[in-house]
Parts: sequence; C-alpha cells; structure tokens
Amino acid sequence: MLDKVWADHEVGEGLLYVDLHLVHEVTSAQAFEGLRLAGRPVRRPDRTLATADHNVPTGPGDPDDLSRAQLEALDRNCAEFGVRLYALGHRRQGVVHVIGPELGVTQPGMTIVCGDSHTSTHGAFGALAFGIGTSEVEHVLATQTLPQRKPRTMRIAYVGTLGPGCTAKDMILGTIGQIGTDGAAGHVIEYAGDAIRRLSMEGRMTIANMSIEAGGRAGMMAPDDTTFAYLDGRPGAPPDFDAAVERWRGYASDEAAVFDREVTVDLADVAPQVSWGTNPSQVAPITGAVPEPADETDERALAYMGLTAGTPLRDIAVDRVFLGSCTNARIEDLRSAAEIVRGRRVSEGVRAMVVPGSAQVKAQAEREGLDAVFQSAGFEWRGAGCSMCLGMNPDILQPGERCASTSNRNFEGRQGAGGRTHLMSPAMAAAAAVTGRLADVRELVA
Amino acid sequence: MKAVRVVSGPVAALDRASVDTDQIIPKQFLKRIERTGFGEFLFHDWMKDPDFPLRRPDFAGAPILAAGRNFACGSSREHAAWAIQEFGFQAVVAESFGDIFRTNASKNGLLTVVLPAADVRELLDSAPAAATIDLQAQTVALPSGRTASFEVDPGVRERLLNGWDDIALTERRAEEIDRYEAERERRGPNVLAL
Ligand code: SF4
Repeated sequence: MLDKVWADHEVGEGLLYVDLHLVHEVTSAQAFEGLRLAGRPVRRPDRTLATADHNVPTGPGDPDDLSRAQLEALDRNCAEFGVRLYALGHRRQGVVHVIGPELGVTQPGMTIVCGDSHTSTHGAFGALAFGIGTSEVEHVLATQTLPQRKPRTMRIAYVGTLGPGCTAKDMILGTIGQIGTDGAAGHVIEYAGDAIRRLSMEGRMTIANMSIEAGGRAGMMAPDDTTFAYLDGRPGAPPDFDAAVERWRGYASDEAAVFDREVTVDLADVAPQVSWGTNPSQVAPITGAVPEPADETDERALAYMGLTAGTPLRDIAVDRVFLGSCTNARIEDLRSAAEIVRGRRVSEGVRAMVVPGSAQVKAQAEREGLDAVFQSAGFEWRGAGCSMCLGMNPDILQPGERCASTSNRNFEGRQGAGGRTHLMSPAMAAAAAVTGRLADVRELVA
Repeated sequence: MKAVRVVSGPVAALDRASVDTDQIIPKQFLKRIERTGFGEFLFHDWMKDPDFPLRRPDFAGAPILAAGRNFACGSSREHAAWAIQEFGFQAVVAESFGDIFRTNASKNGLLTVVLPAADVRELLDSAPAAATIDLQAQTVALPSGRTASFEVDPGVRERLLNGWDDIALTERRAEEIDRYEAERERRGPNVLAL
C-alpha cells in the first residue's frame, strides 16, 4: 500500500507531493514567520487547513497571555496567507486529527502531513500520514512538497479474536508492549488481519494514532467498505463519490505484497491493558501486577510513578480521570465510556473530566444525551481541545497526582510536572472513575 | 543554516534510553512564537535534580552529547532540536534516534550520528573525554584513538556540509512540481471542497 501511495505522489527523485497539510498553533508560528521573512507565499492554501487545539482553554476563563499570543498569531497568519482556519468557537474546531476525518478531508491514498507526531492517525483511511517538524511545515507551506526517502515497511498482523471488554486501545497498547517504543522505528506500519477489518473507523484511528508510540513513521490500514461508509456524505467527501470509491479500492496491498518486517500479534493474549510506567511500552493486563523492573529504565519509571513491584494493578487508586485526546475522544469513545458511567457516580475524591475531540463530537454527544450521563455522574464536561493530553492549558496534573487517561503518552510530566499517567481505553478510564482505582471494566458490565 | 563539517571537543553523557522530547523541552515552553529562547529550558524538570548528568561541571560547554538508544522519541516539536543547539551542543551521538527529531535536527545544522552500541558505550563511559566527528569523512575519532564510521543520507550530508537552505533547493524544482500538479488536476480534482 505504501508503494502505491508513494508512486502516486513522487514529484521526482526524493521529492514527495503533499495532498493535505494540517496546521495548528504550536508548531506553525515560526514557519509562517520564515515565509514572511523570505517573502514567500503559501503555495496551495486550498490544500492547507488550520485549527486551534493544543493550547485552547476547554473550560471557562481566558487563555494566559502567551497562549493568547500564540492563538492570535495563528489567526493573523491564516488571514495573511489565505489559509482556512477553524478557530476557537467555530463549530468545526477541534483536535486536528479528529477534525480531518470528521470533515471527510482525510481520504484514502492521500499524503497528509501536520506538525504533530500523531498525524499517523489519518493512516486509518489508507492515507500516508506522518508528523513533521516546524522547518518542514515551512517547506510544505512554501512548496507543497517534502524531500523524503522512502521508509521501510512493516506489517503487524493480528490473529485471533479480541476478548470481552477489550478495544482497539488494548490492541495497540498490547502491541507496543510486545514490540517496544522503537519496535517500528524507521518503518511505515501496515496493520492487517480480520480484527482490523472488524473495527470501526474510530477504533482504527485509535490504533493508527499510536503508531508513533511504537516509533513508526506512519501507520496504514487498507481502505474498505467501512472506510467508504464513514466518508460518505461528509462535507469534504468528493462530489463524485462512487468514482472515488472505485479509485480508493485500488490502494489496498496486493496479496503478494512483501514487507521488510513482519510481526504477528495474537489477540488471545490481550486483556484490557493499563500502563504502569513512563513510556507506552510499559503496559500490563489489568489482571496483573506492577512488574519487577527489568532494567534501569524500568527502575526510573517505577520510582517516578511511585509504584512498587508486585502491587496488583487493581489496588492502585487514582486522583484524576481524563477522557480525551486524539486517540480516544471521538463519539464512539464517549459512548463506550458513558455505557460504564450510566447510573453510577464518580468515586469520592476523584476529579474526572471529559474533553470531546472536537466541537462536532461535543454537539453529537449532547444530542445523544451523553453530557447528562457524564455530568450527573460527576464528570466535568469541557470544550474541545488537546487539554490534559499534554497540559499546555490550565488542565494539568499536580505533582504526585495519579491519572487514568485515554491519551497516548505517559511520559514523565506529560500531563503536568510530577503527574503520573496510566494509559487505558475509554471504558477502562470510566471504570477507574467510578471505582476510584484502576479497575477491570469486565467486572462492571453485567 | 550554517555549514557544518567537523565537531570536536568534550562529550557530555546522558546514559538513558528512550529520552523523549517532552523531557528535552516540556510543553510549557512551547508557547513562544520565536525560534529562540529555548536553551535555558533544556531538560527543565530533570535539571532540578542536582545529580542530573548535564549539571556536572566537567560537562559544561561540551559540544557533543552522547545518549542512550531511541533518543528524542515522541512529539514532533522542533523546539527540542532548537533547545539542544542553543544549550551549546552541535552534535548528538546515539545508537538510534526518534525519526522526526532526526529530520528536525538536520534542518537546523545539528548533527545526529548513529554509532554501534559499543562505540556509544565508550563515549558514555569515558565522558567528558573528547571526540571528533568529521561529517565529510563520516567518521568519529573516539577517545580511545579508534575511529568509527557512520552512515548519513547523502542528500542530508550535502546540505549540511554546504549549509544549504532546503526550501531554496526545492524551489529550483518548481517546474517539476508545476508539471506534477497539472498532471494531477487532469486525473481529477482532489482538493478541499469545504
Ligand atoms: S490530543 Fe494530545 S496527542 Fe493529540 S494532537 Fe493534541 S496534544 Fe497531540
């Protein structure tokens, strides 16, 4: 699949054409400034789309001065260079990797880049999508291309069936636990197997999103009827949809496709996962215990997390719960968490919040009454943005606070200096919220 | 970008694996809209620890950083490369790097050198003993006197050795891009129809 998309976009030796360039406030200011200094225009504003997400407030109150300056810089830059912007307050605003698919501008066979490592999310549609740095953002703005060498390919094939209570998040956490945070370094991953075919687009995006946590350059999945049904009728979908579908079908890998590396993941081994350390490969099934440290990295992680080897994971109490991020804040994620929360209350002393991935997800959830389910259980219901996924806005953990989080990174301090993050699925985070500790969601469903 | 050819001098050692860019420059410093002002916040949280290696006086001013494998994985923030460079490093040596960081570094003239584990180990263990990285020759003269060689993408090497600006290079290929775009439009539109 990579070969086909690559061949379609090679302008010439080592130069790749970019179909869609997504832009947000944190990694773009210096790039626009570079253009301005050099007197260069944006080559294809019609292939560029901006939103404000990383740094926006999701609750009442104004952003701090620096945040405001950054958001205003994005407003100014987009106006000056003619780039479409969904700013704070717009009905289409949201986390960049949530809105691309939801607007239907993410499509099979495309090349998509963004100054953000989780751009891999869009690969769920059979696009080649990867994160770039600010210098590259400037390069794409100026030329709509990127100098690139073709990465190696790796297939991760899932066998077996996903057990009860398990989700796409558990699949990918289990996979990263198996191959490590650099297990896919230098490779574009293609996820394959019936278990992938059976997933919704939301589930596929959760997996593709975390490709980068395994070190992958990008993660792709063959487009199929689920993909096409998702895109049908969205505002950005091609007018001649049937013809587009015909073209898109051609991107799936051929039977005989050869990969530089092959890995098999047996889903029979995957139970609901939670992370116990400070990188996403430090995960274990919820039924397990905090493991003995295998090396110095593990030791550092346990010390930072304030955990002792041998402690059952289900004995670990949490202070906070964060339902959000480009990994798990789509409508289906909120639905699955609401299922668990319905009729229950957030445990005494736990502060829990829901941050929908986009303004549209928020509106949809409100149409379905999910906001009421969460709020009557004691969750805070916030506006769309990255929020506590990276804690650039006031949504942060205090030192030592422990959080059940549906995001993608449990790095030291990711959610606030000294904060301790446990990654898990939305249903598992909901279970943690109502029990006050890491919990096995399977025990909460009748 | 300034041309780089040789980086020579003492080595500072950060013997940790999978150091992520969230550690290198935490998010609260990403709000600046300039390219400068990040050096003083390098490893902000870790620097609070008096035993953090980069606080060692004998590492001060070292132009080379040796680090554990999978260095600078995680977030795409180019601020990480800016901070390392502004702090005073001109090159980082490790067994492997996060892909995006490596590209970001190359756009700023910060060398990233991949060496086999044993060679990185020597640098880590003998730091601050000096080493010399020669990009032209693609070699590292190790403190023991041995010379290790490294691979680098020929295009990247050329650009670094000459200090060329990437965008200017691509702009010379404008005709190719025009032709590609014209051909694409013929095959049917695929633009943002929002
Ligand atoms: S939600 Fe988190 S991971 Fe996703 S784009 Fe925002 S900060 Fe990055």
